[in-house]
Amino acid sequence: MVSAMDRMSAQPPAAASSEGVNPSSQFRDARLAADIGGTFTDVALEALVAEDRHERWTAKVLTTPHAPELGVLEGVRTVLAKAGIAAGDVALMIHGTTLATNALIERKGARTALLTTEGFRDVLALGNESRYDQYDLNIELAKPLVPRKWRLPVPERLDNTGTVLLPLDEAALRALVPLLKDEGIEALAVGFLHGFVNPVHERRAGAILAEELPGVPVSLSCEVSPEMREWERFSTTVANAYVQPLMASYLGRLEAGLRQMGMAAPLFFMLSGGGLTTVATAARFPIRLVESGPAGGAIFSAHVARQRGWGKVLSFDMGGTTAKVCLIDGYAPQASRSFEVARVGRFRKGSGLPLRIPVIEMVEIGAGGGSLAHLDGMGRIQVGPESAGADPGPACYGRGGAKPAVTDANLLLGRYDPVSFAGGSMRLDVPAAEAAMARAIGKGLGLEGGMAALGVVEVVDENMANAARVHAIESAKSYEGRAIIAFGGGGPVHGCRVAEKIGVDRILVPSGAGVGSAIGFLRAPVGYEVVKSLYTRFARFDLDGVNALLAAMSEEATRTVAEGSFGAPTEERRIAYMRYVGQGHEIAVALPVRALVDGDVAAIRAEYDREYARFYDRPVPGSDVEVLSFAVTVATVVEAVEPAAEIADAPAPAPVRVQRVRDTATGEVADWAIYDRAAMPPGCRVAGPCIVAEAETSTLVGPGWACRVDGLGYLELNREAA
Amino acid sequence: MDALDLIQRQIQWNRLIAVVEEQAQTMIRTAFSTTVREAGDLSAGIFDLQGRMLAQAVTGTPGHVNSMMESVGHFLAKFPAATMQPGDHYITNDPWLGTGHLHDLTVVTPAFHAGRMVGLFANTAHIIDIGGLGMGPEGRSVFEEGLYIPIVKCFDRGTANETFFDFIRAGSRTPVELEGDIYSLCACNDAGARRLTEMMGEYRMEGLDELAAFIFDSSLKATVAEIAKLPPGTHHAEIRSDGYEAPVTLKAAMTIGADAITVDFAGTSGLSTRGINVPAAYCRAYSCFGIKCVVAPEIPNNWASLAPFRMQIPEGCILNAPHPYPVSVRHVVGQLLPDLMMGCLAGAVPERVNAEGASALWNPPLRGGAQVSGQAAEVEDFEVITFNSGGTGARPTKDGLDGIAFPSGVRTMPVEATENVAPVIFWRKELRPDSGGAGATRGGFGQVMEIGAKGDAEFAVNAIFDRVANAPKGRFGGGEGAPGWVGLDDPNGTVLRTKGFQVVPKGRHLLLKLPGGGGMGDPKQRDPALVAQDVADGLLAREAARRDYGWEG
Repeated sequence: MVSAMDRMSAQPPAAASSEGVNPSSQFRDARLAADIGGTFTDVALEALVAEDRHERWTAKVLTTPHAPELGVLEGVRTVLAKAGIAAGDVALMIHGTTLATNALIERKGARTALLTTEGFRDVLALGNESRYDQYDLNIELAKPLVPRKWRLPVPERLDNTGTVLLPLDEAALRALVPLLKDEGIEALAVGFLHGFVNPVHERRAGAILAEELPGVPVSLSCEVSPEMREWERFSTTVANAYVQPLMASYLGRLEAGLRQMGMAAPLFFMLSGGGLTTVATAARFPIRLVESGPAGGAIFSAHVARQRGWGKVLSFDMGGTTAKVCLIDGYAPQASRSFEVARVGRFRKGSGLPLRIPVIEMVEIGAGGGSLAHLDGMGRIQVGPESAGADPGPACYGRGGAKPAVTDANLLLGRYDPVSFAGGSMRLDVPAAEAAMARAIGKGLGLEGGMAALGVVEVVDENMANAARVHAIESAKSYEGRAIIAFGGGGPVHGCRVAEKIGVDRILVPSGAGVGSAIGFLRAPVGYEVVKSLYTRFARFDLDGVNALLAAMSEEATRTVAEGSFGAPTEERRIAYMRYVGQGHEIAVALPVRALVDGDVAAIRAEYDREYARFYDRPVPGSDVEVLSFAVTVATVVEAVEPAAEIADAPAPAPVRVQRVRDTATGEVADWAIYDRAAMPPGCRVAGPCIVAEAETSTLVGPGWACRVDGLGYLELNREAA
Repeated sequence: MDALDLIQRQIQWNRLIAVVEEQAQTMIRTAFSTTVREAGDLSAGIFDLQGRMLAQAVTGTPGHVNSMMESVGHFLAKFPAATMQPGDHYITNDPWLGTGHLHDLTVVTPAFHAGRMVGLFANTAHIIDIGGLGMGPEGRSVFEEGLYIPIVKCFDRGTANETFFDFIRAGSRTPVELEGDIYSLCACNDAGARRLTEMMGEYRMEGLDELAAFIFDSSLKATVAEIAKLPPGTHHAEIRSDGYEAPVTLKAAMTIGADAITVDFAGTSGLSTRGINVPAAYCRAYSCFGIKCVVAPEIPNNWASLAPFRMQIPEGCILNAPHPYPVSVRHVVGQLLPDLMMGCLAGAVPERVNAEGASALWNPPLRGGAQVSGQAAEVEDFEVITFNSGGTGARPTKDGLDGIAFPSGVRTMPVEATENVAPVIFWRKELRPDSGGAGATRGGFGQVMEIGAKGDAEFAVNAIFDRVANAPKGRFGGGEGAPGWVGLDDPNGTVLRTKGFQVVPKGRHLLLKLPGGGGMGDPKQRDPALVAQDVADGLLAREAARRDYGWEG
């Protein structure tokens, strides 16, 4: 399939690969990645086929929701057959899955109980006592994963310093055991107020439960998410417990299936935060895998940016139901600690279950090829978040979809060739798309089909551009001098217009864009992040306490990484989350990786003021600063990639045909040239407006843009001076 | 207008809403006061040169809805647009020119594009302290309630008005937070202005007039179309509130016409001597919100979409308090207004309204240390407030929400965070069983909160609670929600006053039982499986289930 020069070093490092490699094989360092998504399971295989040349094979198979390992195994068999590599020759396998996410969305996890501080059994139900939509009287809030009858109070209480105000009532805890047994509880969570400051009661309760209920997994809040804010911490702990039995049995079946196939390679899991971890950690903290697919996409973009030596990019991944945007500076996606899963209110912030785990910071909105368009009460075009999904799909799929989707609008603008869509595997029904568009949009606004389609595409492009703008503001970053890396089925189609709207002049469409997340898994370091809360003010900085905490965190992260790094060199990063006393939002400040000394305190404070001014223009004089949490990350070193070499210009092939296409900025219809990407050699250049077509997507090169194939086979689009 | 223009106007409208949303988010992230950053008690919007609001951030709370909308006109009356310069920022907290009490600061900033003034940004935020008696009902005039800021320039062409800031710092218990919040208010208006000029450059716009006309025309038509769907007629409703020195009656007659809804508040009680009085703009804000939720929830807030809702508020009634009556805790009466509006609308569209809920927030302002106990103080001085809510009223097809703010749009803060900023211990904060009004759909449950100082030291509460003597009512056969209760955790069940400053003695805790929401429809019609679930969850006593719902379990 795709073959590209790729000087990326083996990740994880050679020590790992040599273990599993059969020296008699013609391939070395064969690494597999599998990403289970909602619709498709993507598998990618890379192996060293010559001195410094990797080859890549990929497969896309339908996800098998009832037994997800079957899809993975089928995909693995398919790529191995394509490559002619035996299962036993695979050196390493990396896996990411939406299994935990789906269990949370569909509420198909374990019967879970929460043991919590007496007087606080409704923390999960009360949340922050607010509504995410002010005007919707029929609002639905996310229901807690644990019903009240299984949220069980236990007498105990700590204060904010961890001092025991009321000792743990062990007899009361044991008295709950018959109830837990009668109710058939399959997983247990323990969350006590201030339990992250002093875990003594949670640990003791965990030990008692393990003794009384052997075989029932126990998640402690002080281990799953040791951070201040009881709602978020309990919610994360409960979610971990809720998916744990399901993940454990899945992991067991997958390992057995792979072994049966003859694979002996170590299995790694992609974490939401962008690192890899072992089966043991994945089984203990399955909630940390929740966003592994999108994390893979961000790592993919970061790698592509590194290959091109571009220090500032926006990763733009537009699929069938959502679009994800993620800022990547210095080849490293931004880290975040908060995330929401299973939103019940149209992707609205606040309508899901809060999770406090390390994740890659990104914005996901309901804007994809399947997003449906309609007119609201004021005659305004609205697009998404409702999606046509795979069935019935957009109207043009001819499977009974009656509402117009973004794909229908793109078709009506002339952007797709109805007979060669998806590599010719599906003939698009233009009259069906026209009828749906006229019904939902055209009639109400008095617009003919092409202009109605233009309106739909402009609205979805504006929605994505707005999401990108907000993401930049929240990160205190700008789009000046930034490039977009566009992938997913829709990214290359919508990239130009989104770029124009946010003021970006350069876009890169890498190859392998259809399986970007799986490829990203192959680029991720083995890493682990520990986050813990310790409240301290700068005016009376608790140097000893902070040093002791950081040392313990460093030890924990190092130990976890050592399980999978096979002795490869690692690097450590330490971060303090700080704010002015009284403020609500923290800023991350890097700390030196060593024991802190007195002199560091002023330097860290000064660094905080600089970071604050970068975000918000001016520091605030006279305010003390407080630290809420610390993070320590240990990861294998990502080796530098040589920037892709400049290559000489090559002649462009002739277009395969022309199409009548409507430009969405001006509304003008003109003949656009259509090129076949496979026929375009590195170094060739074509001028917009034109479309570069391939099986998985089309790259739209708008008027005023030009497209050149780089030495890696990627499409680089540049906006010429306006 | 040609097809492309039409589509681009829609895009520009979307962009304006995104711009004001960004303005609001900037405020939340940079604010110092917990009321803004944790609770989200703020509002942001963009206005044309005539002071008409074009768009308002979705983020924020309804109390500021059209109270802030009216205020920009007052700024322009004092400082005409022609005198405004780039880098100017104007400010006030005048309850009658702003949003109804001294704790709300409103900042207005002119926006320029290509050298010409094209519009104004305004932003309102509830700050934590403005001096005076502090947040509470005890003031007998607005002069006791804190520092009074007339409309003045706080920045003149980018230069801070240091005299103004000197006064501000001197007049507040929390000078750093207050000054920081004013800087944040100005910075977020600047952020909005930057985005606006970017958009105008992209679409080669010279002014906002054409876009404004498009927004107002579409919004007005859509709102009028929604009003036209309602059966015309006049409907009456009445609510009793606990009041301060005497119970308060709120009365409304709502007339639904062909293209407008008019509410007459004749018959409403007169003014209170304490700070529960409501300035007219705040009355209009919450009344409009209550109507709009039912009649036209999807239409964005702007001058035209709110214009068809008209209020006639007799002078001298508690909903139209004149200067200098005290107004500090006007929310405790004002937040009952959506219930009153839905009471009227129940006569027109019974299938679209809720039962009454706890409605007014149950925020306990807590104070301790030397300010309460003098030299006998056992804990450091503290002043802290949390934002808490009882149950909301049952909905036509769904139960009410448990312990969730409505109509206010604020959030509460975590107990762990509160205990880190003040020496207090929350011994209990959980749902209050048997508090949801019975009905085919049930009212939301209230909460029970038990609060002490560290070491059970003496402390004080400045109570602002309602729905204690007058429970939230059900509708169409639904039962009342449980009334609230304020007292101590002692064996006698000592009862405290619902409003005013009171000391919780050493060794005792403050015990609050927040009201539940009213029910809707005949409880006997409720799905027995849902009744059984409430029983299993320990939220409904078996005997009550049998008595109220005819449950046979």
